[in-house]
Amino acid sequence: MASLPSIPTENKLRLVSRATHLKEIGLKNLFLVCACVAVAGVLLIFAFVGLRGWPAFAEVGPWSFLSGTEWNPTDGIFGILPLIWGTVVVMLGALVIGTPLAVGTAVFLSEIATPRVRAIVRPAVELLAGIPSVIYGFFGLIILRPIVANFTDGLGFGAVTAWFILAIMIVPTIATLSEDALRSVPPGIREASYAMGATTWQTIYKVLIPAAKIGIIDAIILGMGRAIGETMAVLMVVGNAPVFPESIAAPIATLTTQIVMDMPYAAGMHRTALFGMAIVLFLASMGLVALVRLMSRFQTSIESGR
Amino acid sequence: MSYRSTPVPDDALEKITVKGLDFFYGDFHALTDITVGIKEKAVTAFIGPSGCGKSTFLRCFNRMNDLIPGARAEGRITLDGQDIYAAGVDPVDLRRRIGMIFQQPNPFPMSIYDNVAFGPRLQGVKKADLDKIVQTSLERANLWKETKDILGRNGLALSGGQQQRLCIARVLAVEPEVMLMDEPCSAIDPTSVQKIEDLMAELKDRITIVIVTHNMQQAARVSDFTAFFLQEMAGEPAVLVEYDRTANIFTSPKDRRTEDYITGRFG
Repeated sequence: MASLPSIPTENKLRLVSRATHLKEIGLKNLFLVCACVAVAGVLLIFAFVGLRGWPAFAEVGPWSFLSGTEWNPTDGIFGILPLIWGTVVVMLGALVIGTPLAVGTAVFLSEIATPRVRAIVRPAVELLAGIPSVIYGFFGLIILRPIVANFTDGLGFGAVTAWFILAIMIVPTIATLSEDALRSVPPGIREASYAMGATTWQTIYKVLIPAAKIGIIDAIILGMGRAIGETMAVLMVVGNAPVFPESIAAPIATLTTQIVMDMPYAAGMHRTALFGMAIVLFLASMGLVALVRLMSRFQTSIESGR
Repeated sequence: MSYRSTPVPDDALEKITVKGLDFFYGDFHALTDITVGIKEKAVTAFIGPSGCGKSTFLRCFNRMNDLIPGARAEGRITLDGQDIYAAGVDPVDLRRRIGMIFQQPNPFPMSIYDNVAFGPRLQGVKKADLDKIVQTSLERANLWKETKDILGRNGLALSGGQQQRLCIARVLAVEPEVMLMDEPCSAIDPTSVQKIEDLMAELKDRITIVIVTHNMQQAARVSDFTAFFLQEMAGEPAVLVEYDRTANIFTSPKDRRTEDYITGRFG
């Protein structure tokens, strides 16, 4: 047996050098700082919005602030119910139109499209998310609004126009997340369904969609978040009247659009009320995130059968 | 090793007949010139080393290979004399007559009841009849006692072996004529394996069973007929080396390659 060149060894195990040790600690802390910045950002914004907006609840009174039916800052009347109503109406309409479109897209991508078709369609859908919202707004204003105006008796500024624009805007969120949910259904389940003599359509609606249900609901909730928060595109087509509209084609306003419209000139209590509206938005989106968390916990618990 | 007590008669009918089958995955030629007759109400085992195409062959019987892009079969497979690859044959209908059990238990993420009721519901069975079908199927799969009080629980909450018997119950619920089992015992614990083997012995009075297995002892224990598949060279299509009564395959194989395999000289 040929002897290998011997590696000089010391008898004692070598200790970690001080420099390595310090570097390890330094890096660990650096990453910790990065994570903390994100958390601190949320906390700071929350504290800032909370402190500035709290007086709106305290002085107007939480009930009359939230359920007041008139928004008239000039006369010192701060009821944001019309704005909450506007937000909900715009969001729900967009969901009703956008969800079937998005879930249909997800089913197509995950179950029907060949890899080549998918390679074109999926990036195209993702690209929708990358288009600046002002472009959507512009599209809505120039193209969609006149069409809506033709079918209704108004000018086309109102919820309907916003629905269609927002519906397209939430498609990428819901479609890509739903597709992920469908694709994460174990392949064995799909196979079992076909082997039981189910057709493609039966496999999709009896097995895959129920199996991916929680993921799809998560996707819809996140789409809701997107719809509630979207400002610019909605602002451009919604007409911006903080009132209960007489029809779905009449001008309305949402929480976000009203904040943008009023912020440049608002002062005193008016400004405080805008921060109060921000608190409402903040709580709404936190609620949606919490809902998503709850859903995934729910899924774990049904899978373990408890 | 114990063989089946009542041997299948020589004149037993052929449920599935395969003549000169070649199978391709795109450019890859996976199986060549397979000719075999699967006897009715008997258990037939497919054995052979990994990658010898036995699962591929099994999946030709219910046309599950149709789902793989680029896969195609040439030759003839008949079920009760009807060509299953003939133009116009609906693979969906074929799969209702030929059930399949997979290596990984794959219950649907829904209740035990809904799992078993899945097939009957697809076929439009009335709601009133479902309870009876679910119970009978679970009984036939020897799972009724364990599940009769938890029918509403998610199928995924069962143990691996129970899940596999649930899958068997799901298949039995549509009264298939043939049950294909693709290594049904390789992902579950030994006690459950025993239960499933017992079950196969009970079921073969009613249906034809074809099982792919890695485990030669299992083939010897459960089957009446055995087919030995072999891919002699990498990249070449696999062939059916020998097909005979299980007792003959394991005691007096005619082909040298079969003997080498079952005595553990390779594979």
